[in-house]
Parts: sequence; C-alpha cells; structure tokens
Amino acid sequence: MKGIGAIVKKELADHFSSYRFIILFALIAMVSLITAYMVGIGLREELSGVAKPKFVFLMLFTSTGPLFSLVQFVAFFGPLIGLVLGFDAINRERSTGTLSKLASQPIYRDSIINGKFLSGVATITIMLISILLVVSGLGLTLIGVVPGVEEVWRLFIYLIISIFYISFWLGISILFSILFRGIATSALATLAIWIFFSFFISMGASVIANSLIPLDKNSRKDPEMVMRHMKVQRTISLISPMQLYNDSTTIIIDPTRKTTRSLVFMGPIERLSSSRFERPLALSQSIYVVIPHIISLIAITFICFGVSYAVFMRQEIRST
Amino acid sequence: MNQKAIIETHNLSKTYGNQVAVDDLTFSIEEGEIFGFLGPNGSGKTTTLLMLIGLTEPTKGWARVAGFDPTKEAIKVKEIVGYIPENIGFYDDMNAIENLLFIARLNNIPDAVSSPKIEEALEIVGLKEEADKKIGAYSRGMRQRLGIAEIYLKEPKVVFLDEPTLGLDPDGTTKIIEYIQSLSKDKNMTIFLSSHDLKQVQKISHRIGIMINGRMIAVGPIEELAKEKLGVEDKTISLDDVYMKYFQEGSL
Repeated sequence: MKGIGAIVKKELADHFSSYRFIILFALIAMVSLITAYMVGIGLREELSGVAKPKFVFLMLFTSTGPLFSLVQFVAFFGPLIGLVLGFDAINRERSTGTLSKLASQPIYRDSIINGKFLSGVATITIMLISILLVVSGLGLTLIGVVPGVEEVWRLFIYLIISIFYISFWLGISILFSILFRGIATSALATLAIWIFFSFFISMGASVIANSLIPLDKNSRKDPEMVMRHMKVQRTISLISPMQLYNDSTTIIIDPTRKTTRSLVFMGPIERLSSSRFERPLALSQSIYVVIPHIISLIAITFICFGVSYAVFMRQEIRST
Repeated sequence: MNQKAIIETHNLSKTYGNQVAVDDLTFSIEEGEIFGFLGPNGSGKTTTLLMLIGLTEPTKGWARVAGFDPTKEAIKVKEIVGYIPENIGFYDDMNAIENLLFIARLNNIPDAVSSPKIEEALEIVGLKEEADKKIGAYSRGMRQRLGIAEIYLKEPKVVFLDEPTLGLDPDGTTKIIEYIQSLSKDKNMTIFLSSHDLKQVQKISHRIGIMINGRMIAVGPIEELAKEKLGVEDKTISLDDVYMKYFQEGSL
C-alpha cells in the first residue's frame, strides 16, 4: 500500500505527543496501579496462612477490591481510549485543508483511513500491554506468586479481546469523524453512543423484558417464567459491545466461571460453597464457552471499520 | 506554440444533483504554458481543477493529464501534478521542515534525497529563517510560500494553483507571482492558474480561459480576445476591460 507507512508514522507521532493521549494514559495508568495495589494488598491479607488457590495471579485482575476490578475498569473506561483517539481523525484534516492535500499526493485513498485506523490500534495495543505489564509486575511483588503458563495464556487472550474491543470504539469514532463535519459534533456523538451502550441498553433490556414477560407476584415463583424473563433481558443486552466484552473476558480470565449466565437459583452462600469445590475450567473449555461472544466482538469491529471505509471512499474531498 | 498538449479535456461535465457545475468543457493546454483561468466565484473553476487532478469524478466526458486519465489512473496523475488549494492546509503543530518531509515521504522520496531539497526549497521562498517555527504561527503569505516550496520539492510537471494570491498583501502577491513565473521558466512546468487578480494574470499568462456558469466562453491569448471582443489591436489593453466585456455578455 502506497504511502501508508508515512501516514502511520506521522499519526503515531501525533498520538504519542498529543496532550490528550498523555492525560488519558496518565489517568488510566494511575487508576490501574491504585486498583492493582489495593487488590494485591487485599489478596495478600486474605491468603496469608491459607493454601494458595489455583490461578491466584488472575485474581489480581478479577477481584473487585474496594472499588472495581481491573477487568471492569477496562470494560467501562476502555471505550474512552478508542473514542479520544479517533473522534477528530478525518474532520480535523478536512477543516484544516490537509485532507485535500493528502488526497492530491500519489497515495491510495485507502491509505489515509487505513493508516489512521492502524496507528490507533497500535497506540491502543501499546497502552494495554504496558498497563498489563505494570500491573503484573506490581502483583508479582505484592502477592509473590509467579503466573503459570495457563495464566499467561489467559492474560494474552484477554489482551487480544481488549484490543478488538477498544478498536471497535476507535472505529465508531472514526466513522463519526467522517460523517460529521464539526469536531464538537462528532465528539458529542461518540460520547452519546458510549453512554447509550453503557447505561441505557441494560435499562432498556429490563424494560423490554418486563413488558414481554411481566414478572408479578405469581409468575415470580414460576422458575420457567423467571428463566424466560432473564433470557430476553440477556439477549437484548448482548446488543451492547460492552456486554459482549464483559461476558467474554470474565470467562476467559476467571477459570472458575463456567457460564456467562448469572446463577439465578442459588443463594450467596450456596454459590460460594459451590465455587469453592468446583474444578476450574480448562482454557480450551473457557474459550469454547465464549467463542460466540469473541467472534461477535471481532465481527462488529470489522463491520464498523468497513462502514467507515466505505463511507470515506465515496465521500467528496473538497478544500471547502 | 506548437508543443504537445499536456492537459486535454473533452465534453468534461460535472453535475451535483440538478445543479450543473461544469458544462461540456473542451479545451487543451500545451506543455510549459502558463494558463490563466478566470471566472466569477462559483463558476466551476475549482470543480474543473479537482476533476483534472482526480479528486472529483466527472459526470460526463473525459480529461487527460500528460496522457493519463485522472479518474482511472489517479495515482499516476498525482505523481506528476502539484496542487495548491485555495485554503492551503499544513499541519499546524509541525514545523515547515516536518511538513515538507511528510509530503516527501508520501511521494516516495527518500529522506536522504529530500532533506537537502527541502532546505533549498525553503531558501528559495525565503522561509529558511522560519523553518523551525510551527505552521500555526505562520501568516497567510508564509503559508502560500510554503506551498510553493512544496512544489519545488516535488517538482511536478503540471502545477494547479487555486487563488494563490487571495488575501495577500501587494508585496506577497508580487513574490508569489515571481515564483510562479520562475517555476515555468526555469523548471519548464506547466502552470494552471485560477485567479481573480487580473493584473497579475495578465502579467504572466500566455493564454487565458474565461469560465462563466460552468462554461468556458473564451480561450486564447489576451491580445486575440481583446481583438475579437473590443476590436482593438493594442498591446496595452488591460485584461480588466476584456474580462468585464465577456462577463457582461456571459451572464446575460
């Protein structure tokens, strides 16, 4: 591809020297470090004197600690990385007149959008890897357990899924930067989508489930009705990439979880005792449980980029 | 001039919905020529220009630039064409050298070759002192001069300039016009100059074309047009008079 190297190089330099990236990275690194530290301290106290359970290293990422777990944090905050990296990718170039200049150079038009997307993905990858490494290092010193081979594999798969997940949001924001001429408009639109998927989908899912299969005093006692209600709610909430990501990563990173469904008919004590004696899933089995989720996540990422690509290739490039 | 045509169009047309932007344009420009492209705002000059460099596809007809079709062989055309748009864009947070280096890389010029060339180009347009300044701090005139430096770096065969002197002070205008003239004379580039600055166009153009409402209503050397329209054979006739005459008739 002609010219893509030069564009990726320039975009990467832009990303890493921009204030917004530095601020975002500092923020995320800080929160992850604090979370990892608190979770690590908690784990160390909990585990002192007790035989260490299997996969204790992964608990560093899944234990909620006083606030939230690292996995939850990335699920919620990760989209913001993608959005911030891409919301003005095309329309800023359009408004400064550099887009028509780029397009009049002997490069394929795809190179512009591919270069933007690739450099964004590279930035996301570097960011995630560095956070993961720092947290792991902190965990090593805090709980003093070296991760096993399987744990490293699970973390690696978690990393890949996370890269796709955040790249999906990057694709959304680049799409909006193509569709909207105003930079403020595209920024607001991306934020709106983010809020919509994080909060309103789950709300909407319960509203729709309530209207389709209402749970009143009588039907609440009927397990079949409750199951159907839950099923509708889950299906609708799977529209949200956040839900897809949450489901797939919790299974991948927590070997004791065997299904993406929450256990409906167990009380907290039963759940605790059952999970104590459960044998953890093998990695291949964990992957098997969430492979539909992972594939959907990768698919929507590609669809999202494909749409931006198609729209961009058809759009007129004018200086004014 | 009996050289071969480097730009050729045949029935070139562009419509946006119902609106005709460019209507059946047929003309040719010879190699090494400075062609002044005149016409009121919104007459389709920029659209014509964009079709010639392959940024916009014509609705009908065809164009050839150095024998290449800008629609189908866009990359080949863009390799030999330089374009300075009306609002020339540079990356504001990069300095002049970085901006030019980026353009050189997009044109597949290795850094080792482009570095001395960039310095030379900045020297020619008098921006050597300001080379390390961010473009955000550049004045309009400096940005236009940087655009000319880009042409010196890329050395295209054909240069398309869209209103290069718009909003410049008299001194800046004179400088830009001098650079354009030297590009044509020293580097034998063909210049396609769209402008409202009739005095400057008259000073340097070999031929002019007048476009009104998407149609080219006159093409030729200024003296010929003056003879045809005003019936005078005076070398000192000003382009203003000729243009206004065509303009009044053309907009009827």
